Amino acid sequence: MKLDTSGLESAEPVWATFNELADGFSAAPSFELPNTTDFDGFQKEAIQMVKPAKGTTTLAFIFKEGVMVAADSRASMGGYISSQSVKKIIEINPYMLGTMAGGAADCQFWHRNLGIKCRLHELANKRRISVTGASKLLANILYSYRGMGLSVGTMIAGWDETGPGLYYVDSEGGRLKGMRFSVGSGSPYAYGVLDSGYRYDMSVEEAAELARRAIYHATFRDGASGGVASVYHVGPNGWKKLSGDDVGELHYKYYPVMPSTVEQEMVEVAGA
Amino acid sequence: MECVFGLVGNGFAIVAADTSAVHSILVHKSNEDKIMILDSHKLIAASGESGDRVQFTEYIQKNVALYQFRNGIPLTTAAAANFTRGELATALRKNPYFVNILLAGYDKETGPSLYYIDYIATLHKVDKGAFGYGSYFSLAMMDRHYHSGMTVEEAIDLVDKCIMEIRSRLVVAPPNFVIKIVDKDGAREYAWRESVKDAEVASA
Repeated sequence: MKLDTSGLESAEPVWATFNELADGFSAAPSFELPNTTDFDGFQKEAIQMVKPAKGTTTLAFIFKEGVMVAADSRASMGGYISSQSVKKIIEINPYMLGTMAGGAADCQFWHRNLGIKCRLHELANKRRISVTGASKLLANILYSYRGMGLSVGTMIAGWDETGPGLYYVDSEGGRLKGMRFSVGSGSPYAYGVLDSGYRYDMSVEEAAELARRAIYHATFRDGASGGVASVYHVGPNGWKKLSGDDVGELHYKYYPVMPSTVEQEMVEVAGA
Repeated sequence: MECVFGLVGNGFAIVAADTSAVHSILVHKSNEDKIMILDSHKLIAASGESGDRVQFTEYIQKNVALYQFRNGIPLTTAAAANFTRGELATALRKNPYFVNILLAGYDKETGPSLYYIDYIATLHKVDKGAFGYGSYFSLAMMDRHYHSGMTVEEAIDLVDKCIMEIRSRLVVAPPNFVIKIVDKDGAREYAWRESVKDAEVASA
């Protein structure tokens, strides 16, 4: 099955006299179409199949010293792990971070786009954009594309003139301000650890440890999350990456196997 | 799940809404204010998809403000309700907004009023109204206990009754509610009814 585009061509090639040149253009261009009755359905299925980073764990929370942002690094396509080293925390500018859950390309593209818009705001107004403003720019873009297949679940975290800021933004057009969020398939597990260990007056070290633990425990229970647990901190002087630990290594630290007493031991049978 | 309800009393109207932001089984936030103060004497309580809810109510708020700037007089509650309905109706056959709205207001001439507007652009002037899963309980509670000319105390008591019924009978009951009131002195927040505290956004 081929799509015939000959109707789009002019009747005569302009450079018909140059034979060696015209040779390649004489036939009407066409390309292969998938052999299917439901083309739209096929296309939709194909897109769904290659959409990576569906399963993810990302989290962020505001505390006394700023915002802590953490994420795993696994990208999966169905049951297949396509990467163990994805950067799911996107650096929008030195004072703002975005997290990635849902479509990797959608997140990366629109965060880069947001970075551009933030920089232009900075040049036009001689001051950095607020987290509130930046998150609303993104939310309005995503809302204008709603129902068109974008898949984005992100948190915008940063420090502006009003202090730390944290927003949850998704491709359904939702935008929530909050103190702590977790997004992705591993988020229920991360919330479990985060909610029980959260205090507003934590130190940076305690907060980083809590964030790392929450990601680790999510990767332990959620098959679609794994790789390394990266932790970022955003303070008054911008963001800083604090750690990136392989969750396999963290397992030995957080989940030590206790030597248990032997209940039954095999013994030599006498005279056998 | 979502619970929005309201009623008209003697010289005032009250609306209450749950404050949960839910995604499938996850509660992302339990202090999300779903009642917007539309202008000095109007309240708009909305339930529905979070994106549509915020975008649509902000759009209505800005257009009501624009009308006031251009003409020097505010829209009456009835006018604002008809405008809102009109916007929903034009959007309905293109890209509908999935929002259900209770619009409460107070006008000098007509006194307090409450309008029921749903996402398919139905407009009703009502004494009491409700949306969402909580409506099954709150509507029955209001049918039984509502009477015309209620005092603020009686009305708040009824709202609290509704909240308690929802909390005790609804499987997916939201923990927290916000109550707002509008009367001759304007639209304002009345109280929060919280059973789970979400950490407030503290300014550093």
